[in-house]
Amino acid sequence: MEAMTVSLDWMLDGLLALTLLWLGWRVLASADLFKGIAFFIAFGLLMALIWVRLEAPDVAIAEAAIGAGLTGALLLAALSRLRHDKEIAATNGLTDGAGRDRASGLRRGTGVVLIGLSTLLFIGLGGAVLSLPTEAPGLSGPVADRLSTSGVSNPVTAVLLNFRAYDTLLEKAVLLLAVVAAWSLAAAPKESVSPPGRVLDVFARLLVPLMIVVASYLLWVGAHAPGGAFQAGAVLAAVAVLLLLSGKSLTARWQGWRLRALLTLGLGVFIAVGAAVMFVGHRFLEYPPDQAGNLILLIEVVATVSIAVALAALFLGGRPRRGEPG
Amino acid sequence: MLSEIATIVLLLAGAAFFLAGTLGLLRFPDVYTRLHALTKADNVGLGLVVAGLALQAESWAAIGKMTLIWLLVLIASATGAHLIAQGALRKRIRPWKP
Repeated sequence: MEAMTVSLDWMLDGLLALTLLWLGWRVLASADLFKGIAFFIAFGLLMALIWVRLEAPDVAIAEAAIGAGLTGALLLAALSRLRHDKEIAATNGLTDGAGRDRASGLRRGTGVVLIGLSTLLFIGLGGAVLSLPTEAPGLSGPVADRLSTSGVSNPVTAVLLNFRAYDTLLEKAVLLLAVVAAWSLAAAPKESVSPPGRVLDVFARLLVPLMIVVASYLLWVGAHAPGGAFQAGAVLAAVAVLLLLSGKSLTARWQGWRLRALLTLGLGVFIAVGAAVMFVGHRFLEYPPDQAGNLILLIEVVATVSIAVALAALFLGGRPRRGEPG
Repeated sequence: MLSEIATIVLLLAGAAFFLAGTLGLLRFPDVYTRLHALTKADNVGLGLVVAGLALQAESWAAIGKMTLIWLLVLIASATGAHLIAQGALRKRIRPWKP
């Protein structure tokens, strides 16, 4: 019986791994961009399943919410804008035939070099993996030893927001930078939103309250079980995407400094907390153990809001236009 | 023992619906008929799987969660199917006629 369950596990994991590889290949090789995106979303969902199999539910939730859900929505929005731009180019009589010829010549020349380089990289990475000790204790021991001083009981949250808070701080900075980059490229495209229809409207009305509850739960539960700011922020951002798709828009009142304040609040509070503990004799981001739980909760609450606003702003795809519904 | 047999029967029936839905998705002639096949698999197939698993669940909370997931999938797949069909109609894709 034992042997049978082991081989069944192997079959399931092998099937997941092979399907993931195949999906990855289809994502890259699909000539049709829409197909590629559909495969990418499927890839993200399968990846989430694999994280569950690897007993990493935190990563699985993040992958399903951000990797498959929101990135999929971002890619689809980008694709519809690409098509829109192409239609404009076509009506203006612009063709990219010559560019394509040059590109394919370039591709042939650089292709060989790129294959060589990636083969070298593959061999190097493979060698690095093989040279690792087969049984490494990792850092889970030290984390478990100091968990009681971290202010939370979920080791993943303890690592992300206490022991390695620097990494998380920089991640939030990267997300903010992405929004700054998107905003500096262009204003949000004017979308001729087709009327959403009653079904989508009712759907949004049903789901939005539920999704807000789920996001709050994920945020709260992060202290002692899988969940946290990124997952909660992604769900909140999905609320924003759903509202935008069903024809709602941000009122002009919220587009100016209020939106920017919400965007930067997460990072600002994180840095402020990190700096404030220095006044009571600790190092940057080294929380006093008796206050760590509250500080982490504070950081996570504001981070959730900022992450949600940042992801929703990326979905809009440009800085909001002044004085118009965006 | 009886509940195990019932679970196996329900799970197999659910799998059969998913298989039929997938076949329909691959083999049916146009977007409307494919949607028809797909939503049946989602709704009934998942319902049967949830019913089968509920018989083995350890707590009422687990049964409640699975039922909630099923209801959410019902709402989402019905809305999704409606939106795809609406989009297809707007693009003037004609329903298939034999």
